Amino acid sequence: MKIPDLAELALRNLRESLLRNSLTTIGISVGVASLVAMLSLGIGLQQLFSRRLAKSGLFDTVLVTSHRDLRGMGRDEERNGPTPAESRILDEAARVEIEHLPNVLEANPDIRFITELRYDGKPHLTMIAALPSSAKSNDAFEGMQGNFFSSDAAAEVILQKTFAEELLGKAPARGIDETNVADLAKPLLGKELTMRYAQRASAPSQSPPATDITNIGDNLASAAYSVISREQKLEIVGVADLDPESMRGPARAKVFLPLKLAESLHVMQATDLREISRAASDQPVYSSISARVKNPAQVQLVEDAIKKMGFGTFSILDASRGLQQVFRVLYAFLGIFGSLALIVASIGIVNTLVMAILERRREIGIMKAIGASDGDVKKLFFAEAGAMGIFGGVVGVMLGWAIGQVINLGTNVYLKNQGFPPEHFWAVPWWLVAFAILFAFIVSLISGLYPAGRAARLDPVQALRYE
Amino acid sequence: MTTAPVVSIAQGTVAIRSENLCRHYRMGETLIRAVDGVTLEVRAGEFIALLGSSGSGKSSVLNLIAGLDRPTSGNVIVQDRDLAKLSREELAKYRLHVVGMVFQSFNLIASMTLAENVELPLRFAEVDRGKRGALAKAALDRVGLGARMHHRPSELSGGEQQRAALARALINRPQLLLADEPTGNLDSHTGTEIMDMVREFNQQMGMTVVMVTHERALAERYAQRMIFLADGKLIDDRTNAPSGGQQ
Repeated sequence: MKIPDLAELALRNLRESLLRNSLTTIGISVGVASLVAMLSLGIGLQQLFSRRLAKSGLFDTVLVTSHRDLRGMGRDEERNGPTPAESRILDEAARVEIEHLPNVLEANPDIRFITELRYDGKPHLTMIAALPSSAKSNDAFEGMQGNFFSSDAAAEVILQKTFAEELLGKAPARGIDETNVADLAKPLLGKELTMRYAQRASAPSQSPPATDITNIGDNLASAAYSVISREQKLEIVGVADLDPESMRGPARAKVFLPLKLAESLHVMQATDLREISRAASDQPVYSSISARVKNPAQVQLVEDAIKKMGFGTFSILDASRGLQQVFRVLYAFLGIFGSLALIVASIGIVNTLVMAILERRREIGIMKAIGASDGDVKKLFFAEAGAMGIFGGVVGVMLGWAIGQVINLGTNVYLKNQGFPPEHFWAVPWWLVAFAILFAFIVSLISGLYPAGRAARLDPVQALRYE
Repeated sequence: MTTAPVVSIAQGTVAIRSENLCRHYRMGETLIRAVDGVTLEVRAGEFIALLGSSGSGKSSVLNLIAGLDRPTSGNVIVQDRDLAKLSREELAKYRLHVVGMVFQSFNLIASMTLAENVELPLRFAEVDRGKRGALAKAALDRVGLGARMHHRPSELSGGEQQRAALARALINRPQLLLADEPTGNLDSHTGTEIMDMVREFNQQMGMTVVMVTHERALAERYAQRMIFLADGKLIDDRTNAPSGGQQ
């Protein structure tokens, strides 16, 4: 039998016992709805996390470190690359070279140090980092209270919310993760902080000490520097809600300075001491460099190019890969729970079709007597199962989508009451719609296997005798 | 559909031959010999009646010829096809293209209109949708039901239903018309009407007709040959000069 004929006969048969078939189809719909609801929750959550990550503004950033960092912990590049002692130093020359790589917008030294900030006469110890002017466009500063730095060398500072809390001695209230930034910013904006830091000052040129070891030469001499304690007054111009440094883990800074200002201060870096034996001059050596890539898609390319130069790299892509793994497991779990209802519904299909065989025994006998093959009868029952699957799938997707909308709405009403911006926890992408309907169709066909086989094997003589 | 005589099979060639045909089945402990060694030959274009009381095995013989059932032993050869050797698929094709069947209880599908019932074999034969409508209309016109093609079987009298069943049996232009008590559920007037139609097909289209009946009078009026069965065995085979109609 041709497919349009098959479909027409199947639909006619489904209409004949409308109530029973509708109930079975509703069963499938509920199954599909639960599957769609579960998976769209998973997808929505993943998208939410991805948005959060994107807001961190670091999707297009590659962090470059020297292999002289001994914290490789036996990773591939550590084992295969040059030994730490032979590897390149991350100095100004390297920074310029990275900046000139294709697809790289800019490469900024990553200046960060732990030091003491005084506010209101009380000292606070924290990690401070320098931000280039391009960071202004970073989404993390979107909802910021106050303003970004007025210039790249201004004596200004932006605080991360948690540090602002620390300065004001405010702990977030119990049960609520976040305090309102506006409340924190109000008493702080325009106030002054005093930063105490260790300056690395070039030692004045002096005649080489009297020594017989001639091959030590000038280099060593010029690598000498002194460390001076200094103070710098800084004006608080902004308090950021989001954490622009979320990918750096424990090294993340809570206070930000303009890059040029930070460079001009010549703050003693943790790596300075380590590099003293190798640094060729008093030029600064960076612990790391952030390279901003034109497009997140090119991050991998840039990473590879930088690795070829002999440096280590890290990007958020590496981190999100791990996250995707987590979500894959989450999908599997949600999918299994979601499918359970559909599997129960598929037993309903088997039941309905077996009933239909009993009722339509005679009809099957007639069809066989006038020339229907086993295959025709089998296909007819398959078509009926498949049609129920598709109808159930379509209705189920709509139902699942509606459930999602209602829950999303409810959650957002709750969020709004709590003073949070609305979020999309729920996402039903097109591929999920297609997948759910296809899945319902396939499950229905599998359910149709047994009844269709049984109907096809029916003995026409007995079926015709049956009243 | 043309009404001119179409005699595709030369009169006199053997259309059906059975040799020592047996159909036994077990019912609990007892073995039932529904058909027990029937040997017969039916020539193409013949109109024969299978007679016997109920349980004589006449319907079982018909089912074996129709390819609805398989013999326990012996064989049925219809137009050089040994039905016992055909696969299920081939048997279905045989029923579709070679055989047309009419039953006592009409066996129309209640949920379908007459037109849909009549064109159902064409669906199985994968005939184009456009052609099917015209063929079904022509077949129903031929049995005088053209005006009622969109009615359901339940809206029709028994005689009309049987005429629709005849139209369905003929739509694939079979060479063999098998009728199982075609007038059993009809009054004598409508029964005659149906039988006249069957004879018309037999004579005009050269169709071989095998009719199962327990009414001897009916057989004498229409059949050219009467075959008597009892307890699954052939007990008599005699030629008959049909008395009914314009013969």
